Amino acid sequence: MSAALSAGDISRALTRISHEILERNNDSTNITILGIPTRGAHLAYRLAKIIEGIEGVPVQVGTLDITLHRDDLRMRAPRPLMETVIPSLGVEGRTVVLVDDVLFSGRTIRSALDAIGEIGRPERVQLAVLVDRGHRELPIKADFVGKNLPTSKSQSVKVTLTEHDGSDEVRIEGESA
Amino acid sequence: MKHLLSINDIDKDFAITILDTAAEMARVSEGPVKKLPTLRGKTVVNLFAEDSTRTRISFEAAAKRLSADVINFTAKGSSISKGESLKDTAQTLQALGADAVIIRHPASGAAHRLAQGRWMNGTVINAGDGTHEHPSQALLDAYTIRKHLKDGKGDLSDVRVAIVGDILHSRVARSNVLLLNKLGATVVLVAPPTLLPYQVESWKVTVSHDFNAVLPTVDAVIMLRIQQERMSDLYFPSEREYSSLFGIDAERLALTKPGTILMHPGPMNRGLEISAEAADSPQSVVVEQVANGVSIRMAILYLFIAGSQESINV
Repeated sequence: MSAALSAGDISRALTRISHEILERNNDSTNITILGIPTRGAHLAYRLAKIIEGIEGVPVQVGTLDITLHRDDLRMRAPRPLMETVIPSLGVEGRTVVLVDDVLFSGRTIRSALDAIGEIGRPERVQLAVLVDRGHRELPIKADFVGKNLPTSKSQSVKVTLTEHDGSDEVRIEGESA
Repeated sequence: MKHLLSINDIDKDFAITILDTAAEMARVSEGPVKKLPTLRGKTVVNLFAEDSTRTRISFEAAAKRLSADVINFTAKGSSISKGESLKDTAQTLQALGADAVIIRHPASGAAHRLAQGRWMNGTVINAGDGTHEHPSQALLDAYTIRKHLKDGKGDLSDVRVAIVGDILHSRVARSNVLLLNKLGATVVLVAPPTLLPYQVESWKVTVSHDFNAVLPTVDAVIMLRIQQERMSDLYFPSEREYSSLFGIDAERLALTKPGTILMHPGPMNRGLEISAEAADSPQSVVVEQVANGVSIRMAILYLFIAGSQESINV
């Protein structure tokens, strides 16, 4: 099956999202970008780099592990925790942009909102995702979307990124219902 | 069902997972909100049939930070002191719906008996059984060593650790030797011959009776408490002689390389195995060990009881 997003598509989507983030938030120094490991974290660092290139000022960027806040812990085997890196200015009173690779049920984002609350109280939280594949189970919506990919529930969306998998690509696997 | 009864229950990779998880847990303990919802709805019972301060409050703090309900069950003032058997106690805990039982017991093998007895469904975590093992202490010691000497990452290869004192009665030493070996560290035991266990030559350690000669060669020194409550015989001529040969004071501490850390599982007998000056020196990490203990126990509780027991795979 061919790629739903190529390396070029991903790069253009991230550039556009960076501009949209800046458009929405007029003070780029008040933005803190937090990526959800593993791939959301890589995307967060890429977005921060692009924004730094546009604005010429350093951007606060880090990672946020949400495992301990998941609502399905008791249904699955425990998994090791990923690294959380909160940038120097923290989240208190700032605009936090959460970054993840795929938005699906919305449960990861709910967990992330709880995880942020444990660190501090941001002024606002926004959500940027590379792919929105639908099938939300909670009232959660992304502010910035790389690409809407309509999928059936039986399919899976596979994101690979150079930092983690050696190449940039998004694929839909499985038959559409 | 998965239990933590002995360091032998875990392999090297899982030990490192516990240490890595503890490092993330430590971050929570440093944040403004020291509470996670992870174990909401789970019940953790502290079953302490032997005196303990540090281990019990450490497990209690860990369980509470993860939002578990904690029931403390201590020998004094409970049915254990009235002569109740472990089986009847276990059935009581089962009726209470305990998801995990943290057990400290004067009898070696008590945790194992509780886990194998099929009297209850909860996960059993050994918090010290007689002179057998104390796995969570070994894990927190490894965590402390790794944090100071390996930048908080990976295993403990190339680290040399001395364990000094009453090895014979020490469950801490047994668990420590097993875990340090597993993580690739080299262990030297320093003790008078009377305080070494039978068949110590079968352990993967070197044994020395010359503390002064060992000190300059090691990166970490773990002092053990002289356990007077377990000593039925005379193991050394006098406390003063023991202290002069195997105790650590400022003068001995000066023989170590810079950066060598001094550890003690507590409670310390100040003036016997460790002098006040050594215990309070900048090289001493005794107080930090207690803080690390909470992080390690949070990691243990998370990894052993948060997930579904059917799918647990460690």
